[in-house]
Amino acid sequence: MDNEAAFDKFKSCTVEVLQVKPEQVTPDARFADDLDADSLDLVELVMALEEAFDITVDESELEGVETVEQAFSLISSKL
Amino acid sequence: MTGSSLERVVLVTGGSRGIGLACARHFLALGDRVAVTYRSTPPPAEDERLMALTCDVTEPDQVEEAFSQVEARWGPVQVLVANAGITRDLLLLRMKEDDWAAVVDTNLSGAWRVAKRAVGPMVRARSGRIVLISSVSGLMGVPGQSNYAAAKAGLVGLGRSLARELASRQVTVNVVAPGVVDTDMLRSLGEARVAEMKALVPLGRVAAPEEVAAAVGFLASTAASYITGAVLAVDGGLGMGL
Repeated sequence: MDNEAAFDKFKSCTVEVLQVKPEQVTPDARFADDLDADSLDLVELVMALEEAFDITVDESELEGVETVEQAFSLISSKL
Repeated sequence: MTGSSLERVVLVTGGSRGIGLACARHFLALGDRVAVTYRSTPPPAEDERLMALTCDVTEPDQVEEAFSQVEARWGPVQVLVANAGITRDLLLLRMKEDDWAAVVDTNLSGAWRVAKRAVGPMVRARSGRIVLISSVSGLMGVPGQSNYAAAKAGLVGLGRSLARELASRQVTVNVVAPGVVDTDMLRSLGEARVAEMKALVPLGRVAAPEEVAAAVGFLASTAASYITGAVLAVDGGLGMGL
């Protein structure tokens, strides 16, 4: 899967789980501040991404992931 | 007939007899679709409308399998009654490692496992009901029940933590604490002990399982939408104030 396609897929998961508009999902968007995501939202998002990309994300890997770019980076590293 | 005609999908663990079966029948009477898990004793033949699943709640694979089967047939579980429980009453000095571990693993960890499995779909649906069956023993303490009471009290901490975690998704989590209830579990304690316990109950009698099921049914209903993290004692006044 190429990077753009992966980001589109990542974006649509984010839009669906966090109930935000696609335009809001920019690389520097912060989950908590900009996308209004609480901790449960993030758990849901990780689960949705795991399913969509057929990967597993360890709890420890989520440490310090605060922006869309950081999250996408983590996902891409597993593809 | 009052009650919901929402045809919710309900799962009661340990639902083949006692309090669990009474809960299952309560929901069936409301028109819900009800699945029960059991370890060795299946539900009575006349309760044919129940979806009966063998499941040992100490085994994560079996928990997963049970939920998958319910989901395949009816969709995600909307009401979970974590009721499966055992006793292994012994004074502490006589209690072995396994007597402790088995009771805690079934009564407390089992509830944790089924709650964990149920929560994902409830969170996604932004609605759900979880009722944990604790016991007045957990609140009062009972000689010979260090394992049982610890596990049952643990359900209060578990339930309230989950209530706080899931509240933003309109999933309520509550605890019912039955007192002395007329079930196989009670009868297994022997007549003398039952008489002792009955004498302590202000209302002077044991409960019918249906009386506990009524409380569970209420907490699972839309009427209880504003109730979460509550511990509802159904004990004839036995543990009042605790």
